[in-house]
Amino acid sequence: MIALEPLFASAIGAAVPLLFASLGELVAERAGVLNLGVEGMMLVGALAAFATVASGGGVALAVVAGMATGALAALAFAVLTLTLQASQVAAGLALTIVGAGLSAFLGRGYVGFRAPATFEDLPLPGLSGLPIVGPAFSMNLLGYLAIAMLAATAWMLSSTRWGLVLRTVGESPSVARSLGLNVTRVRYAATLFGGALAGLAGCYCAVAQFKMWQEGLTSGHGWIALALVVFAGWRPARLVLGALLFGGVTALGLTLQAAGVHISPFALSSLPYLATIAVLVLISSDQRALRRNAPAALGKPFFDGD
Amino acid sequence: MNFRRKLLVAAAVLGIAVTAHAADPLKVGFVYIGPVGDGGWTFAHDAGRKAVEKKFGPKVQTTYVENVPENADAERVIRDLAAKGHSVIFTTSFGYMDSTLKVAKSFPKVQFYHATGFKSSPNTHIYNSRMYEPAYLAGIVAGHVSKNGVLGFVASFPIPEVVRNINAFTMGARAVNPKITTKVVWVNTWYDPSKERQAAESLIGAGADVLLQNTDSSAVLQTAQDKGVHAFGWDSDMTAYAPKAHLASAIEVWGGYYAKVVDAALAGKPLKGTVWGGMKEGMNDFVSLSAELPEAAQKMVGEKRAAIVSGKWSVFTGPILAADGSVKVPAGKALTDKEIDSIDWYSEGVEGKVPGK
Repeated sequence: MIALEPLFASAIGAAVPLLFASLGELVAERAGVLNLGVEGMMLVGALAAFATVASGGGVALAVVAGMATGALAALAFAVLTLTLQASQVAAGLALTIVGAGLSAFLGRGYVGFRAPATFEDLPLPGLSGLPIVGPAFSMNLLGYLAIAMLAATAWMLSSTRWGLVLRTVGESPSVARSLGLNVTRVRYAATLFGGALAGLAGCYCAVAQFKMWQEGLTSGHGWIALALVVFAGWRPARLVLGALLFGGVTALGLTLQAAGVHISPFALSSLPYLATIAVLVLISSDQRALRRNAPAALGKPFFDGD
Repeated sequence: MNFRRKLLVAAAVLGIAVTAHAADPLKVGFVYIGPVGDGGWTFAHDAGRKAVEKKFGPKVQTTYVENVPENADAERVIRDLAAKGHSVIFTTSFGYMDSTLKVAKSFPKVQFYHATGFKSSPNTHIYNSRMYEPAYLAGIVAGHVSKNGVLGFVASFPIPEVVRNINAFTMGARAVNPKITTKVVWVNTWYDPSKERQAAESLIGAGADVLLQNTDSSAVLQTAQDKGVHAFGWDSDMTAYAPKAHLASAIEVWGGYYAKVVDAALAGKPLKGTVWGGMKEGMNDFVSLSAELPEAAQKMVGEKRAAIVSGKWSVFTGPILAADGSVKVPAGKALTDKEIDSIDWYSEGVEGKVPGK
């Protein structure tokens, strides 16, 4: 009755921006930086990317513009919190508000038309025709990039010296410092990486997914990305599951309606949140694991002092 | 330095407090549910505000507050506007109804105009646009264009305003092809591009090849273009969002009404009472028809539009059957405005049931 391939394709489309944004935030958090400004960074990245294609810059330049703008926003956050030692929670919320307002203000001239250049789907021959999983092999370039970055980041975190340094800084900055590591510099790098990926998520929304600019285009997905990091227990591979689950449960509710299944749409609309609660309950049932997973120094300022 | 400035300077020199009532511009406030950059509902209201500014120049001063949620915040914003001397205030979303009435009670000299509601008071007036008229014309176009005979509707909330648009769209299509059916997906939001896109995807996946939406972004139209099907613009002209998929746009035109209200306020005789206008009154329209539409479709749209504008025919004229086959409007009868404003049933050809029924 319900074709599974379109359902899966719809879930993937919604999951990719969540994946980028949550992966960036995960790296920042593993270094001990809690940046609640994901939504704001996504919005400025989305606008920068859309403005780039709108002025004839092409999609490659749009990716660069989106990532650079996201990173720039993250730099402002980093200067406030890592150098000036402002509260990360307050600065992150401020970043979201500023990002939303600034993108709305600067984006007025970009409302009302389709992006002149977008990412086309690139089906992999042979694989894209597979039942059910086929749509995973007919994503656009950014979709494949998300998977590649996820794998690379997971490997970097678990198996390289860089990853070890990053995790040490997030778990115990004083130990890191006594080992001669520059905690602030590592945290700067992780925060900028998070900003660049949030900007890339915004670029995906504006150029690949909706192909337009409107105020508040990301409609709260930055917050969902933040929740996904906790959901995934700060492990990159689990982000895929979380992002697909969120996109998939929303798609399932809508698809059931389209198929004529008479369930209250109010109940269906609450499905993604019920699913999230259910999974969070499952995860947190093992309190020790939860505490083990969260970076010990998350959100705590560190005085590098001399 | 103009005369008023000179007067003020003179007054300041003499130490006299001056209130220059006669020269003060009329302050007009607007409360918006979404961002002015939504390209849809709020965008259309803001176009109306700009039309007022253009027409009356220095005689008016407009203020708007955007992204105001339909909760206690709305009352605070409306009260604030009234307290700051706005004598005409437009509250442009259904959910501001009770907040508007509450504030209106404490500011009896201020005139409040509430869009799409149904409760009024001596200084709270209702205005609404009969969007089911362009929705019906969209249905005619859809009836000509659809190959599968399945239409899709991305619906926001199950209120009469939305349910009757679904019916009008379906009735228009069935006037062309009596076998057409409409699938409805409720997203429970006015603005969420991601969810609107997924809703459109689910409808296309279920076989719908012409879509209409009652939500505020252009995501449904964009999705239609990506998937090679067709759709319409809603609230504002959305041609440029998806030139290939766009069949036509059902638009709101608020500028004329806003100008009338302001004109009356400037003359000292506030416009009162409920205004429910449609194509006849110039409060909405069906525009930017695709050049690729079959001639028969263009002709039929033109005829029905003329019939609506002349007042000879209305969309909810019988015979109209409900989705369950019962007769809702017998032949020769038409629904009254009150009945149209409380439609809570699907007409023949709409699949499923109205949520909560």
